[in-house]
Amino acid sequence: MSKLGLWGLKKSPWVYHVAAASCNNCDIEILELLTPRYDVERFGVVLVGSPRHADALLVTGVINRKSLPRVLEVYEQTAKPCLVIGIGTCTCNKHIFRNSYNAVGPYDKHLPVHAYIPGCPPKPEAMILGVVKALAKL
Amino acid sequence: MIGWTGWRLAFSFLVFPGFLFSAAIGLVLTWVDRFVSARVQYRKGPPLFQPLADLFKLLLKQTAVPRGASRTLFMLAPMLGLVAMCLTSVILFFANIYPEGSFVGDLIVLVYLFALPPLAIILGASASRNPLSAVGASREMTLYIGYELPFLLALLVPIIRSGGSIRLGELVAAQQAGGPFLYSFSGVIAAVIILLTIQAKLGYVPFDMAEAEQEIMSGVFIEYSGAMLAVYRLTRAMMMLLLPLFLITVLWGGFADWWAVLKFLLIVVLVVLIKNTNPRCRIDHALRFFWFGLGALGIVAVALAFVKL
Repeated sequence: MSKLGLWGLKKSPWVYHVAAASCNNCDIEILELLTPRYDVERFGVVLVGSPRHADALLVTGVINRKSLPRVLEVYEQTAKPCLVIGIGTCTCNKHIFRNSYNAVGPYDKHLPVHAYIPGCPPKPEAMILGVVKALAKL
Repeated sequence: MIGWTGWRLAFSFLVFPGFLFSAAIGLVLTWVDRFVSARVQYRKGPPLFQPLADLFKLLLKQTAVPRGASRTLFMLAPMLGLVAMCLTSVILFFANIYPEGSFVGDLIVLVYLFALPPLAIILGASASRNPLSAVGASREMTLYIGYELPFLLALLVPIIRSGGSIRLGELVAAQQAGGPFLYSFSGVIAAVIILLTIQAKLGYVPFDMAEAEQEIMSGVFIEYSGAMLAVYRLTRAMMMLLLPLFLITVLWGGFADWWAVLKFLLIVVLVVLIKNTNPRCRIDHALRFFWFGLGALGIVAVALAFVKL
């Protein structure tokens, strides 16, 4: 990707929210991140309705046998280049589901993850920091 | 040989007042839209370069075409709307800069050109082979059928008041001689109708059912990515410049003087405020509102225009 496109990507990361069987806590915290209180539109972040428009996938929840194919499908449908950001401790290390027969492990076993944001759920400030760090790596 | 006229036409289509000029102003207007929305919600809002960053990012991203989609139509549909808006910009600006140079019937041409972006959206959405997109396309079609009737009725008002002229130049000249048509009962009603039609043509709340993000996930644009999405956004940005200018031209005395900038900003801010203070209405409610609400108002306005009120 050219310099101009990279600048655009850093200045306007549109996010798509993938709820892969989470307990909804991280999802609610993501919704709080998008409220006027935190005003992430200052950084160009917009919540979009379709993975085709997205530059960053915010994935929540412990990944399991049922949700893995869906998450992979959403990832394949996203226009590249795109970031994958795992929200919550479940995405990092399966958290309290580590002994579950159904959990199929951390996300980076299946798709390229650019940032993990631990926490149960993580605070919106932590998510902003995580996205900033992921963008700085590009 | 292209010749002098050809080069001048190409310049006016591509640079001023066509593509480059109206796209640049349109991008600034999308920033105004987002900034005013942010201020309504007590936010700081995006920086001024935000539309440019969005545009560059989209232009350089991967463009995906869904499997089984009608490829040619899917790729060409966005361009149809963009070209129509470039042409609209040329006609509209020349009718105001050289009123005597406009041609008979350019008002009708503009009505048809403004119908092309929704048509492009419907074609592209139908070509994408996505069920949510099809729902969005059917809503866009219903909405278009809805708002076109009151829009045409409202356009009859300036035609009647100027003594049956369908030339934009003559409409502007008549208003500069005898005062804008807006300052009368029929003119105010027509302006209100056209303002609400602008809202629907831009696909803004309360008439954004075709791309309702929460129910049908951006509906008509769901399969569009990268450059083609950028073209759609650019088309919409240009419409945000051209539709208010069209309202000023037909009802508010044209935009030959600097007051027009204030008038223009007033209309844009009004559209954004309506967008921010209303919920999305259902498609059948919108159709009923446009036909039986605004349509009836439009007939009243036409009747008032006939008795010169």
